[in-house]
Amino acid sequence: MNEPTVVTAVPRAIQTNNLTRRFGTFTAVDAIDLSVDSGGIFGLLGPNGAGKTTTIKMLTTILKPTSGTAVIAGFDVAATPAQVRRTIGYVPQMLSADGALTAEENLVLSARLYGMKKRDWKERVSEALGFMSLSDVARKLVKTYSGGMIRRLELAQAMLHRPSVLFLDEPTIGLDPVARRMVWERLLAMKEKYGMTILITTHDMEEADRLCGGIAIMHHGRVAATGTPENLKASVGPGAGLHDVFVHYSGGSIEEGGNYRDVRKTRRTAHRLS
Amino acid sequence: MSEKPEGQRTASPDPLFLIAFFRESAAIARVELTKLLRDPTELFTRAVQPVLWIVIFGQVFSRVRGIPTGSVSYLSFMTPGILAQSVLFSAIFFGIAVIWERDLGIIHKLLVSPAHRNALVFGKAVSSGFRGFVQVVIIYVLALAMGISLRWQPEDVLGVLFSVALGSAIFSTFSLIVACIVKTRERFMGIGQLLTMPLFFASNAIYPLSLMPPWLRWLAMLNPLTYLVDSLRGLMIAGGHSVHGFGVDFGVMGIVFIVFLVIAGRLYPTLVQ
Repeated sequence: MNEPTVVTAVPRAIQTNNLTRRFGTFTAVDAIDLSVDSGGIFGLLGPNGAGKTTTIKMLTTILKPTSGTAVIAGFDVAATPAQVRRTIGYVPQMLSADGALTAEENLVLSARLYGMKKRDWKERVSEALGFMSLSDVARKLVKTYSGGMIRRLELAQAMLHRPSVLFLDEPTIGLDPVARRMVWERLLAMKEKYGMTILITTHDMEEADRLCGGIAIMHHGRVAATGTPENLKASVGPGAGLHDVFVHYSGGSIEEGGNYRDVRKTRRTAHRLS
Repeated sequence: MSEKPEGQRTASPDPLFLIAFFRESAAIARVELTKLLRDPTELFTRAVQPVLWIVIFGQVFSRVRGIPTGSVSYLSFMTPGILAQSVLFSAIFFGIAVIWERDLGIIHKLLVSPAHRNALVFGKAVSSGFRGFVQVVIIYVLALAMGISLRWQPEDVLGVLFSVALGSAIFSTFSLIVACIVKTRERFMGIGQLLTMPLFFASNAIYPLSLMPPWLRWLAMLNPLTYLVDSLRGLMIAGGHSVHGFGVDFGVMGIVFIVFLVIAGRLYPTLVQ
């Protein structure tokens, strides 16, 4: 028996090195180094326009980095995008479930695009619907759903192929408090049950506090601070909340950020989901 | 999995590429058809224009007798042209639906899946081909009502369906390319309107190429619609024949479609950047 001499190690869920994206002269993401361990929920925090969505687009292979590298579960996003896509799930900030189809049809489409065998997906589709409490409405058109139901369907769709890393861009934007809490609760249950790594972007401090074991604060395309919520709060001072952490590291309130275009985009998403 | 040494993993080539490609295309085509069957109003509103062209324009121009149409009547001559036109007009606005899906976020989801980009585009093109079949039914019914004698041999009917599917696929993929370039609905509508009439008039749909001044004949020869009309003229109408021959018609259409497919597959991901 010839055992490999290298130390076996599970690759980090996400590892970026000087990851940069420019649009013309504007640098949306400026040389960020992120390191996210497997398992757990990691939060990318920042105001609108901080570069969170651009970062997530690069990590999910939709957008090519201008320079720097990003490696997801051992696969480089630029060199092996197809492998990365097989390994990840993604729920965009916008509405990605097709309203003209039923929940079941949406899920079956995903299963087919991910190349699952019919025997496997039959079981998984009904399991996913059950897990997200959508079994009763599985054959109703998605356009009749509430915002919270649509989000849960999108989560079901993204977990169907058991990704090892799941990317969620503003998962609870535009949801009412009850629907929001239910999405949080399902996300935590998903992490427990399937042991996947989840990366969320959010500008909601309460969400980050509730869900995330590790966070990175983004501001003007850079990572201003990283750590566990506890460490970051402690570093600012006794009794500090995440909001204080944000103000401390970015020098401004999280609510202030973003230009007209960012705000319009966010509002539009919120409007569609409610 | 635990045997993997640390460091980057590499891509392995997929030997079952073609099977996966068609499975992915079929998945896309299937949902498009489901949506179409659920709300077919669009298809019926498309029937209005061909009726106007054949019943009004066709009837009046039949009396002119100034257009050389060989052994067939002018009405028989123009009927395949109007089928091709309704295929063109319904496929050319296909991009609107794609822009709508982009504004929502559906395309983001598709592009993060491992499905091949060309397969996503090909699936859309196939669904557009099926839409074209509805135009065939409409025009055939109309032609029967107008007393135009059609060919009913199975190979002719199948030929018409294939030709229409290919034509729809060409123009819907072209529309997708335009959508990827302009990216907004407002701009797309303007360009769509701008494109349809020149494509229609610079073709042999309602008059033969032989009537055209040379510069226009050149343009018409570059227009894929000309080859669609020509093949339909040879397959659909009793006594009609293809001027270029089916080999040229289908060859040109096939090549144009593949070129458009590759371009659209390249541009599709830019919709979400």
